[in-house]
Amino acid sequence: MDVPFTIGGHTFQSRLFVGTGKYRSNEEMVRAIAASGADVVTVAVRRVPLDRAREDGILHHLDPQRFFLLANTAGCSTAEDAIRYARLAREAGFNDFVKLEVIGDQETLLPDVAGLLEATRVLARDGFKVLAYTNEDLITALRLEEAGAAAVMPLASPIGSGLGLLNPFSVRTIKRRLTVPVVVDAGVGTASDACLTMEQGVDGILMNTALAAARDPVGMARAMRLAVDAGRAAFLAGRMPRREVAVPSSPLEGMLD
Amino acid sequence: MIEVMVNGERRAVPVDSTLLDLLGSLHLDPRVVVVEHNRQIVRRPALEQMRLAPGDAVELVHFVGGG
Repeated sequence: MDVPFTIGGHTFQSRLFVGTGKYRSNEEMVRAIAASGADVVTVAVRRVPLDRAREDGILHHLDPQRFFLLANTAGCSTAEDAIRYARLAREAGFNDFVKLEVIGDQETLLPDVAGLLEATRVLARDGFKVLAYTNEDLITALRLEEAGAAAVMPLASPIGSGLGLLNPFSVRTIKRRLTVPVVVDAGVGTASDACLTMEQGVDGILMNTALAAARDPVGMARAMRLAVDAGRAAFLAGRMPRREVAVPSSPLEGMLD
Repeated sequence: MIEVMVNGERRAVPVDSTLLDLLGSLHLDPRVVVVEHNRQIVRRPALEQMRLAPGDAVELVHFVGGG
């Protein structure tokens, strides 16, 4: 029996969070999200295109009654910008959660941890439930928790890279040392990556490109749902110890002469 | 007419226009747009009181797909 998965006082059904970017069509996105079983979906804040304002927004395709809309601050590279985007997102009126990103480098999209800590402090004080996207550094994760983060989101590998879980040890250590939930965000490429990540004992995973850029996003969403469930179940079941020598599974007695 | 900046573009609007008038002229539903006026967020009920002045900067944002 698993424990409920709660962040900032809100309990979620699925441990798989999914993004809504980069799908080939909204229709494919909707089917993939349904197949993933996710109840949390991330969205970005951007200017309304004034020349085609009558076009459907993303909310036309995602029922806010059914999905928990988690706004991000993707694209922000300073604490000030991220705070501004978070406040605009909250004003949309769905919730006071934000997936906080402060990007420090355009090639790797790795976080600027100084800016991230500053923005976390300001937004947490302002009543936000901050889910802070960070690297897999324990000390930063601890500081984010002290700064008031509702959850810490270490990366598996860089955003959109699909390189999988590069540092299971660090992610496991962060989970062991933090009190707030740990949701791995970014870098998962395929089902085995998701399973291995959940086996580290983290509370959940957020992914986007792994679904959107799969040949069949709906099929991959189904695979990810199973992988997250499998990894979680394996973690709860407790894996056997690793040994450097073989141990026979069949009896040694009763062998023929 | 006066000139204001809307989402980084120069636009002419009638004198005494409110933010709600601006949204209407752009065919935008105030329920799905968040409005920032000179860096201050303007709540929906205040949109019809807030009048535009020459050189004002307005940002109109909404949610799009993202990760």
